[in-house]
Amino acid sequence: MDFDFSDDQKEMRAQARRFLEENCPPAKARAVMESDATHDATLWKKIADLGWLGTAVPEAHGGVGLGHEELCVLAEEIGRAIAPVPFNSSVYLATEALLIAGSEAQKAEWLPKLASGALIGTFALAEKAADAGPEGVQASLTGGALSGRKVAVADGVAADIAIVVARTGPGAEDVGLALVDLRAQGVERAPADSIDPSRSFATLTFDGAAAEALGDGAGWSVVEHLLDRAAALTAFEQVGLSDVCLDMAKEYALTRYAFGRPIGSFQAIKHKLADVYVANELARSNAYYGAWALSSGSSELAEAAAGARVSATEAAFLASKENIQTHGGMGYTWEGDCHLYYRRAKALSLQLGAARVWKEKLIRRLERKNAA
Amino acid sequence: MDFEDSPEEAQFRQEVYAWLAENAPLKKEGPSSARDDDHGSPQAVAAAKAWQATKAARGFAQIPWPKEWGGPGGAPIQQVIYNQEEAKFDVPRMYFEIGLGMCVPTVLTYCDPAFAKPAAERALKGDEIWCQLFSEPAAGSDSAGVQTKAVRDGEDWVINGQKVWTSGAHFCDYGIILTRTDPDAPKHKGLTMFWIDMKDPAVECRPIKQMSGASHFNEVYLNDLRVKDSQRIGELNGGWGVAVTTLMFERLAVGGGDGGSGPGTEAMMALARETQLEEGPALQDRAVRERIAEWHVRAQGLKFTTFRTITALSKGQTPGPEASIGKLVSANTAQERSDFALDLQDMAGLLMGEEATHDGQFQDVFLAIPGLRIAGGTDEILKNVIAERVLGLPGDARVDKNVPFKDVPKGG
Repeated sequence: MDFDFSDDQKEMRAQARRFLEENCPPAKARAVMESDATHDATLWKKIADLGWLGTAVPEAHGGVGLGHEELCVLAEEIGRAIAPVPFNSSVYLATEALLIAGSEAQKAEWLPKLASGALIGTFALAEKAADAGPEGVQASLTGGALSGRKVAVADGVAADIAIVVARTGPGAEDVGLALVDLRAQGVERAPADSIDPSRSFATLTFDGAAAEALGDGAGWSVVEHLLDRAAALTAFEQVGLSDVCLDMAKEYALTRYAFGRPIGSFQAIKHKLADVYVANELARSNAYYGAWALSSGSSELAEAAAGARVSATEAAFLASKENIQTHGGMGYTWEGDCHLYYRRAKALSLQLGAARVWKEKLIRRLERKNAA
Repeated sequence: MDFEDSPEEAQFRQEVYAWLAENAPLKKEGPSSARDDDHGSPQAVAAAKAWQATKAARGFAQIPWPKEWGGPGGAPIQQVIYNQEEAKFDVPRMYFEIGLGMCVPTVLTYCDPAFAKPAAERALKGDEIWCQLFSEPAAGSDSAGVQTKAVRDGEDWVINGQKVWTSGAHFCDYGIILTRTDPDAPKHKGLTMFWIDMKDPAVECRPIKQMSGASHFNEVYLNDLRVKDSQRIGELNGGWGVAVTTLMFERLAVGGGDGGSGPGTEAMMALARETQLEEGPALQDRAVRERIAEWHVRAQGLKFTTFRTITALSKGQTPGPEASIGKLVSANTAQERSDFALDLQDMAGLLMGEEATHDGQFQDVFLAIPGLRIAGGTDEILKNVIAERVLGLPGDARVDKNVPFKDVPKGG
């Protein structure tokens, strides 16, 4: 049994943490939130130069050729730093989509540019405020032309290319992935307000935009697999964020005095933070299972990713809301940083689908396993 | 990352399984039951002692105990592997865990080897069983608040008072007991630990009937129990330090990573599949599915947390603080699951016994589980432990500190 990261991976984590502490204090997320910038371009450039974007991309395609465990390590640090960069869109979604479904030609053309940071990629699925399943997909890819409207697309304005879920035929599950250059004719992008303005979201409208099927354009099962991979990775961002929230709450509880004592000596606060600790540890352990399943190519990924997603979402909500609560009135101010984490926690928890949806996926997968 | 044993661990697991298969029957399938009506009967105690002797003879009892304690001197990871394999078999449980896990190591740490070593050997071989006498009616979570008195009388001590929640006191041979020896000193500073002979006529055990109807614990009355000063464990008035050592031994025990007590995900899904709601099987109901998924994720999280602990042991490291969340999570999850299982059965959920679904196994868990949230540290104490020892938050303000114990308010 070796259910932990290796010493090399831990060293990588320590270096990433030092780099982000120096280069990405919470003020960076705040700066993006308070400006019209889509992301922190300077930080993005530095992260690209460190090779992080191509962590799991083979060297033949311009990547570093490490594995997904290493990417999980970096994801946790990105989450801790609430980094205002298109990391999840470009790396966990666009790059992963190309890796699992792209044709050799598509991989050769796009992976080196995504891995170097020359281009930013994203992923577009949702079309309205409803479960983002195959039935809800109206966007269609016909004869190399993409039409339709996608909402809540992370980094939709900053991205150069997008992997878009589109209808490919009349059947309910005739849904697949299309690759579209967002700089082309027939693409309209409008920034959208969101609960997390330290990240940017957009509405994308396609009107016969030139697009091609990703690989053989295979159906909904590929979309699900892509979401599983992204969920396993995002769980580490959520875990990193949850740990920082607990640290912040703990630090505040040690220094804030009320009734002549540090508030951290009151059991109401201690038990609250103990609950957060428990949720964080459960989320971390579930995330490790996801990391193992993802990096080993296990058939258990579907179950592991759903578990990691549900657990991390629960922890991130609990940790970020109780961090505000522990800070009292200060936690509710714009100047305080607590809300940055609360906002990011919820955005991360919705971007790949709500916990409600993932619980249903998990049970379906367990039923399938029991039947097998 | 992987879930594989190292070659040495795989080899050991194989040896253990082969040996168990030769010496014990496999466990029967089915949702785990909280029933154990025969526990503590003379026949059951004899069977438990025989099993312990068999284990010890093969070197599978207290595997990490060092050679100087008379143990096999194995690695902690080997104990985990043994526990995982033994869990597949139907063997006696809950007789030796407290004695060998906590009491005997304390005796070995503090007492004269002339007594401790042979006593440890007898305990290891299953000849004798030890129990722990800490809790009292007015000293539960506040375990330093014991009022049982030990008074010096010449070369001896005379002990009077009442202990409570002592597991298996009626079939135990020895106990370690925390007593008050100086009521004028502050709470923690007037305590002394002794070992006592549980068969002495001055020791009276009365079973406690638990809310579940079972009786796994006892009240123990000490009526002028005379003990020698050589039975003292540690320094006079140094009993609190000894008790902390005892509890530290408890924390070293690591489970096998089964994800907790009570009905598991499969049992919950099976029940939901066979239970008809108005719209069809309960397992097709979205609300039911959500709950089952939530508990599954918690149980899995716990299982994988144990795997992290086992990994640390396997690498010869000390497990991190994450090991402290186990009972807190498993007890609460089991309580919620069993409550929901009864709800699923609707009006008939109140039935027990033969007329009940699955012979009332979910009802058994429902009635047994409140005890698990209290025994071995209440939820509240465990949260304090996490907050103080893991997160480093300050201890509570104490009104009983630096006050002579006799002046501390004690309530009814």
